[in-house]
Amino acid sequence: MWYVAFGVVSGHIRRNLLPQGTAAGDAWSYNRLERLTYMGVVFALFPLIIWTGLAMSPAFVAAVPGADAVFGGRQSARTLHFLLSVLLVVFVLVHVAMVWRAGFRRRVVAMITGRADETPL
Amino acid sequence: MSELSRRTLITRGLAAAAGLSGLAVADRIANRYGLVPPDGSGVYGPGETLTYAAQRLLTRRSLAREFSRGQISSAPFANPVEPPTDAFKRSQAGGFNDWTLAVDGLVARPTTLSLEDVKRLPVRSQITQVICEEGWSYVAEWIGTPLIEILNVTGLSTQARYAVYFSSEPDTWESIDMADALHPQTLVTYAMNDGELPVAFGGPLRLRLPRQLGYKSVKFLTRVTLTDSVKSLGKGRGSASADAGYTWYAGI
Repeated sequence: MWYVAFGVVSGHIRRNLLPQGTAAGDAWSYNRLERLTYMGVVFALFPLIIWTGLAMSPAFVAAVPGADAVFGGRQSARTLHFLLSVLLVVFVLVHVAMVWRAGFRRRVVAMITGRADETPL
Repeated sequence: MSELSRRTLITRGLAAAAGLSGLAVADRIANRYGLVPPDGSGVYGPGETLTYAAQRLLTRRSLAREFSRGQISSAPFANPVEPPTDAFKRSQAGGFNDWTLAVDGLVARPTTLSLEDVKRLPVRSQITQVICEEGWSYVAEWIGTPLIEILNVTGLSTQARYAVYFSSEPDTWESIDMADALHPQTLVTYAMNDGELPVAFGGPLRLRLPRQLGYKSVKFLTRVTLTDSVKSLGKGRGSASADAGYTWYAGI
């Protein structure tokens, strides 16, 4: 939630995640497919997995009737929750594999410090 | 990469100190307003406290969904229970005529009720979902008397913070806070759907708590005791299941 709020305010989502092509050879920005995937993870997978999770909570559903009904009941919410978790695991595996291929150390340093080491790989 | 300047170091240090003291203050406030569950210590403690405090602040008075008669499950799942003890079998052979429910602890008049006594109290029925930790669920009609009606008979001390309740099965006990103990949907049930409460579903008496997972709805209820602290019971985490690693507050 904070990530999304910060991303909208700082322009991170508009700049880096809205689907658009990038110049060939620009190793530090995302291509169209990556952007679509990240948008899907941030705005679809995470909100849905949180919602389907809440839809399985008896106390939450008591307070918010219909939280599970929109999925067709708690058992449907549970099935969706499982499928979503599989998708998230697949995303993490592919994501880490891509970071690995693109220079693991350098990318992780850039993630933590916010500064990219732009010397050619 | 630039080095950390003195200014950023000081700013971040102050922010960290503010964050830590904020946590300490939050912990004190949570304790004061009864927002820390009995299992709020240990590795998972902060998560348990966060869940319980959020539920108590937001969903204290909410009512579990009640279903229509047509939505009752045709084949409810009877979770296997331990083989009954000889004492239970004897009681069952006698139609549970000797079954009693003891209510004691922080009550004005400790009382022992027979099944007949319980059935004479105001009756309420509800069609609610039983939701298991394992994932399965079913809808059934439960008929019984609200726990609050029994506490009206015994009287209740204002110091009571938890209702601890025991099964005739060994080492099976749970506890709930007063928000759940006095909740109108917390029933001591003796009938289900169209008949007596079957033994497979917890008969002759089962405490039903539709706002929490099924394991809090203890079968073969024999005793309810009101207390201001659960620290001296078991490992002090509030229930046998919490001692075994489950969450104490199972509204999730």
